[in-house]
Amino acid sequence: MNIRPDPTFHATPKLAMEAPPETLAFTMMLSPDGSEPDGLAVVDVNPESSTYSQIVHKLLMPNKGDEFHHFGWNACSSALSPLAGHAFLERRYLIVPGIRSSRIYIIDVKEPLNAKIHKIVEPEELFAKTGYSRPHTTHCGPEGIYVSTLGGSGEDGTDGPPGIFIMDCETFEILGRYEMDRGEQDKHYDFWWNLPRDYMVSSEWGLPPQFENGVVPEDLLSNKYGHKIHFWNLRERRNVQTIDLGANHQMALEIRPAHDPASNHGFCGVVVDTTNLQGAIFTWWRNSDGKFEARKTITIDPQPANADDLPDLLKGFGAVPPLVTDIDLSLDDRFLYVACWGIGEMHQYDVSDPLNPKLAGKVEIGGIVKQAGHPNGKAFGYGPQMVEISRDGKRVYWTNSLYSTWDDQFYPGERGGAMVMANAGENGGLSLDEDFFVEYPKGYRSHQIRLEGGDCSTDSFCYPSV
Amino acid sequence: MTELDTATALWWAVVASGIYHGINPGMGWPLAVSAALMEKRSGYLYRALASLSFGHLLAMAAILFPFSTLFFLVEWQRHIQYGAALLVVSLGVYLLLNRRHPRFLARIHPSRLALWSFLAAMAHGAGLMLVPIYLGICKTAETDAGHAAAQTLMSGTFAVAMAVALSHTLAMTLSGGAAAVGVYHWLGLKFLSRSWLNLDLVWALSLILVGVAALLAIH
Repeated sequence: MNIRPDPTFHATPKLAMEAPPETLAFTMMLSPDGSEPDGLAVVDVNPESSTYSQIVHKLLMPNKGDEFHHFGWNACSSALSPLAGHAFLERRYLIVPGIRSSRIYIIDVKEPLNAKIHKIVEPEELFAKTGYSRPHTTHCGPEGIYVSTLGGSGEDGTDGPPGIFIMDCETFEILGRYEMDRGEQDKHYDFWWNLPRDYMVSSEWGLPPQFENGVVPEDLLSNKYGHKIHFWNLRERRNVQTIDLGANHQMALEIRPAHDPASNHGFCGVVVDTTNLQGAIFTWWRNSDGKFEARKTITIDPQPANADDLPDLLKGFGAVPPLVTDIDLSLDDRFLYVACWGIGEMHQYDVSDPLNPKLAGKVEIGGIVKQAGHPNGKAFGYGPQMVEISRDGKRVYWTNSLYSTWDDQFYPGERGGAMVMANAGENGGLSLDEDFFVEYPKGYRSHQIRLEGGDCSTDSFCYPSV
Repeated sequence: MTELDTATALWWAVVASGIYHGINPGMGWPLAVSAALMEKRSGYLYRALASLSFGHLLAMAAILFPFSTLFFLVEWQRHIQYGAALLVVSLGVYLLLNRRHPRFLARIHPSRLALWSFLAAMAHGAGLMLVPIYLGICKTAETDAGHAAAQTLMSGTFAVAMAVALSHTLAMTLSGGAAAVGVYHWLGLKFLSRSWLNLDLVWALSLILVGVAALLAIH
């Protein structure tokens, strides 16, 4: 407990943007075949430092086969609301779930270069207390730490629906399930919220048998992956509305609400439209009567390709789908970054008018067919995937792995884990930084990035920017 | 100290504790700033402050009125004073040992500020802190009045309870309101994270202090 609020907590998104820039990034290292333990890699992102663009510390876990994916902080700017009742938490621990093992590591990064494991929550505890498995997205909120899961109970995680559970924000003890009335929600992926307006939005990927051993083409072509987004009364823990984006909009993944809580809209990325292989972004919003609506506002076309250049999975289509696997919104709610993992492009959209996004910048790197190199001459395996934006909106970082078994289907062979960075222009425009290129240790792939002191997909703000 | 001096000091304690509760961001004034910014109208700041004050006033009344009824049992007054003082000390000790915040407060809808303020004040013993002070005031008032009729005495303690709750809440509203208005119009929200101090320890200690002071005074 601190005497004053953690200096990395900011009342408004604007104040967070004005805070000093990040000097370190925390990233996930995963061993795709489970032959080595997964780990945390701390990357130096301070251009003034002699170890800039290098992994300066690695912390390996005591177990194998966890499959690290997303992770988050124990505390964020949401603690600055008196309603939360814990303003003096430290932003100190990373909550790192293993989506294959269902084990959760709490890592103390108070001294980032001496990061250590603070606590391990074993899968049995999660199963017993929640009936959920395969923990995924974490956010700190009013009742503690909320963690979404991808699986229910049972061996293959299909015995009952997946959902969200709550962890105590000080002891990291699992308190139990979040939902009191889940409505028609039967799959899960991401979630986020607007705290003062008291609503939450959640999305759907698929059930464990649909992803653990790779994408199941028959399920995808028969539209059996998730295609709905759910709106919840956050504190009543009740699903108040479900919007079906249309069954052809397969895999509604990342939910990115506007950071400014006075705004009532947000975005959701859809991996693939099975009618035309397009990637899509939906804008969702809340009307004054409390009802939600969603509309498709961005489509990204597939690119024609020779069957010879395509992996087995895609040979029949003669085209490479964009595969929108991650999106991220800058803290000023102005630029939405869209990772097109299939075609190897990172798009930057100006979403000042959320219903009329305009493409403002684009970078080509990697890709199933294009395999575009980095400006420094190095090859970039896979495509742009997990993206994270600096608080000031000037630097955009991303890594290249999606999920072990899916990487192997879309990009057969070992292509090397990497992290790159692009500089964003003040009024749009995106260009790769030649000097920043992180290569992961051999045999490891890279996944989500968290920036020291918070970034654009962790902190929830309780006060509007003025 | 004369009875009059004691009474004055106790009334000042009522006001001072009000200022203390009001200025503490944990008791809610930042929510008034948030409300005004969310709705883009400064009127919402005052509306939110009014809700917070109303909840706080109810919490004070809810604690003080039962004691004012009890105090009607003249021959038990001393015991009641001891009991109240010990209760305040024990709550202080409990909060000293258990620094966890009650999680149920996080379940309240953000727009139900009066309810939140009421429950927050109850959970942290804000009303209980006033009890020894209030009982002290009743005691001095009673000595002034001599052995008044039971009826008069009872309506007297009710009136004092009302006056204590109102003046405490007024002080709380003015100090919290000043902070909220200051931040909204001039200081900006940066002031919030800069000025918010962890008073958990001080709060627990002040409960103990009030209780112990009351015990000594009764003696």
